[in-house]
Amino acid sequence: MGTTDKTGNQRALSGGTGWRRSLMTLAASVMLASGANAAPATSEVNTTGLAVTDDTVTVGILHSLTGTMAISETGSVQAEKLAIEQINAQGGVLGRQIKIIQEDGASDWPTFAEKSHKLLERDKVATVFGCWTSASRKAVLPVFEKDNGLLYYPTFYEGLEESHNVFYTGQEATQQILAGLNWAHDKLGAKTFYLVGSDYIWPRTSMKIARKHIENVLHGKVVGEEYYPLGSTQFGSLINKIKLKKPDLVFGAVVGGSNVAWFKQLNAAGLTFKKQPMLTISVTEDEVLGIGGENVEGLYSSMKYFQSLDLPGNKEFVDAFKKKYGEDAVIGDVTESAYLGPWLWKRAVEAAGSFDVDKVVAASPDMEWDNSPHGYLKVDKNHHLWMRTRIGQWKADGQADVVWESDVIKPNPFPEGYQ
Amino acid sequence: MSTQPVMKASWMDKFGGRGKLIQILIIAVLILGVLPLFSDIFRLNLYGKYLTYAFVAAGLVLCWGYGGILSLGQGIFFGLGGYCMAMFLKLEASSPENTAIQSTPGIPDFMDWNQLTELPWFWQPFHSFTATLILIVAVPALFAFLIGVAMFKRRVGGVYFAIITQAIASIMTILIIGQQGYTGGINGITDLRSLMGWDIQTDFAKYVLYFACCAALILCLLAGQFILNSRYGQLLIAMRDQEDRVRFSGYDVANIKIFVFVAASVISAIGGAFFTLQVGFMSPSFVGTVASIEMVIFCAVGGRLSLIGAAYGAFLVNLAKSSLSESFPQLWVVAMGALFIAVVMLFPRGLAGLVSDYAAPVRNWFASAFKRETVAASGPETRPSAPKPPESKARDDVSMASAQESH
Repeated sequence: MGTTDKTGNQRALSGGTGWRRSLMTLAASVMLASGANAAPATSEVNTTGLAVTDDTVTVGILHSLTGTMAISETGSVQAEKLAIEQINAQGGVLGRQIKIIQEDGASDWPTFAEKSHKLLERDKVATVFGCWTSASRKAVLPVFEKDNGLLYYPTFYEGLEESHNVFYTGQEATQQILAGLNWAHDKLGAKTFYLVGSDYIWPRTSMKIARKHIENVLHGKVVGEEYYPLGSTQFGSLINKIKLKKPDLVFGAVVGGSNVAWFKQLNAAGLTFKKQPMLTISVTEDEVLGIGGENVEGLYSSMKYFQSLDLPGNKEFVDAFKKKYGEDAVIGDVTESAYLGPWLWKRAVEAAGSFDVDKVVAASPDMEWDNSPHGYLKVDKNHHLWMRTRIGQWKADGQADVVWESDVIKPNPFPEGYQ
Repeated sequence: MSTQPVMKASWMDKFGGRGKLIQILIIAVLILGVLPLFSDIFRLNLYGKYLTYAFVAAGLVLCWGYGGILSLGQGIFFGLGGYCMAMFLKLEASSPENTAIQSTPGIPDFMDWNQLTELPWFWQPFHSFTATLILIVAVPALFAFLIGVAMFKRRVGGVYFAIITQAIASIMTILIIGQQGYTGGINGITDLRSLMGWDIQTDFAKYVLYFACCAALILCLLAGQFILNSRYGQLLIAMRDQEDRVRFSGYDVANIKIFVFVAASVISAIGGAFFTLQVGFMSPSFVGTVASIEMVIFCAVGGRLSLIGAAYGAFLVNLAKSSLSESFPQLWVVAMGALFIAVVMLFPRGLAGLVSDYAAPVRNWFASAFKRETVAASGPETRPSAPKPPESKARDDVSMASAQESH
């Protein structure tokens, strides 16, 4: 690891002005800064029997390495491993090197539950970075709550959840949707909207929120709302309906393999995004890689992160990522969220001065990070992150131009008036 | 020969003779004694999960191994049993106090997310535990009966039946995922915590559920043996091997098939219900085609002519799956595939065939040491009601052919 990312990350680490838990943090950072090998005794930092020794701490990574989700989750695994490697190069957490136990959720929700049992009950890992789909998170949630484990979950998701044992490092639904729709309303003058999504909980909940916002706040009109089964490849009739209704904006949350067919068929039907503006909450750099940049040129995405973000924290992150995984590696929003997990955990552990889950959880709220890859963030009491929402417009080369960014938005997983 | 041993033998013959009963006893000792003694609760809970697949595999032995009806849709029944149990547990977990945060308290959370404002009618019976227990058996039985009547009365069989069951499994998955307001969609029914106020996540509860599951499995195996060794069982084998001859003898072949298909589905559903209890949720991934085909593999690996072998097969394949995926998170799928190919190529009659080939000489040697066993092993003609040992090679070769011919 080059000295640049090392110093860079150290800057990120001590750069936050708003470390509220100042006393504990001060103690921790003094300990780090002095560089002394005076790691606190294991009996002090680990009172609940986690896999912590005098010089190592074991964590789990639980993603799908096989099956249909593997393609999406690989980026998250890479980012988590990169972050852990960087943390280890800096001396680890509380003077302990992080060891990883990786398990395969195999794109199968019960397997996720089984593996989380194993990680928490057999391996006694201090924390787990993992899960991608809501279904897998729902499957492991009772396990984490029962065993009082700790999970850092990276994906933007539908909200409606808040657990003592989970930190959500992606956006909950309102953060992605409300700002995006406001932007479309103000900047594109959109009054009529057509909602399109894959048929499962995340798009359904997202569209529910979008509809309420459009009708009650923007006083616009929803002229169509349709859902297609996961993996669906037939969008012909939908495209005809869109042509007929001519909405000001198509608001999309189509996921996975369906995306390829959806955008190719849109293109083939002559609906370019210049003629028919479209904003999606499901397309990141990873998806564009599969769809092909030329098929999404002009499309807008509402995300917190784009690989092209011109921020110091992002430059270091992208450089380190490419150095480890090759020049062609692309980084999407979820990959970046996954990268945040180990760092947020490290900071919380050091602020708490302990690996105990309850103490780490207690130390987390109000932690701030100025130079994360996507800029300023803050951990809320509800275990979600304060963050900005950005609108990116895709280019043929598969990267996005960031055309707008919001203020920092407070996470609100249970939005009043949107249920 | 005195009458007493004959009387005794005839009691055991109802379950396939002393040898089969001893085999079941060995399973009972293994799963009720050895496993709990030598594994911690985490592993035991996993073993319990594997054993729920043994129910399905046993059901497949009945309808595929002996009835010649290859069903690629056993996941449907496993899923129906599991969903019935999950619906009961979910309603219990969705008390108005627990769900006060929702727009409509008192209904399951996923319904609330999907803008339902009251409990659908078909969820109502699942407020009652008694009704749930009845439905766990009745719903799959009725469904299997309907499929059976529709198919077998029209003499649809063999490959066509396999394809249709697979299609039904696929339809079920699409239905469950599509109707997420009523079924929980692709997430399934999650977050099940207690059974009639009893926390099913504690270690103690896991022990209790494990033992209950084992006991139910043993009972199902005994029931299966009983069916196979009844007059009906002989008809079943006769039908598998020479369907027309049985029909011309005046039997309604369709009814024989419907019965065995329903029996297999009920056994699978009981397994599904125990799955939900032990794993704590149910999702459409157990209903679909992949899961259903996997269940056939459990049965094939164990040996499709042996109820007991199938139980071992389900257990061992799942054990291999877990341990391989723990040791080689990136390569385990390939390893599993290789394992299946090897088993099917090298031991076409599965583990049970392997055991009977290699263990038979040993057993015969033991048998010759005791007088009575020599009678049992060499003199079936003294017991006219006893069927031949089911693992006979000749019968096995015929069954594949008959599965393809019988339509």
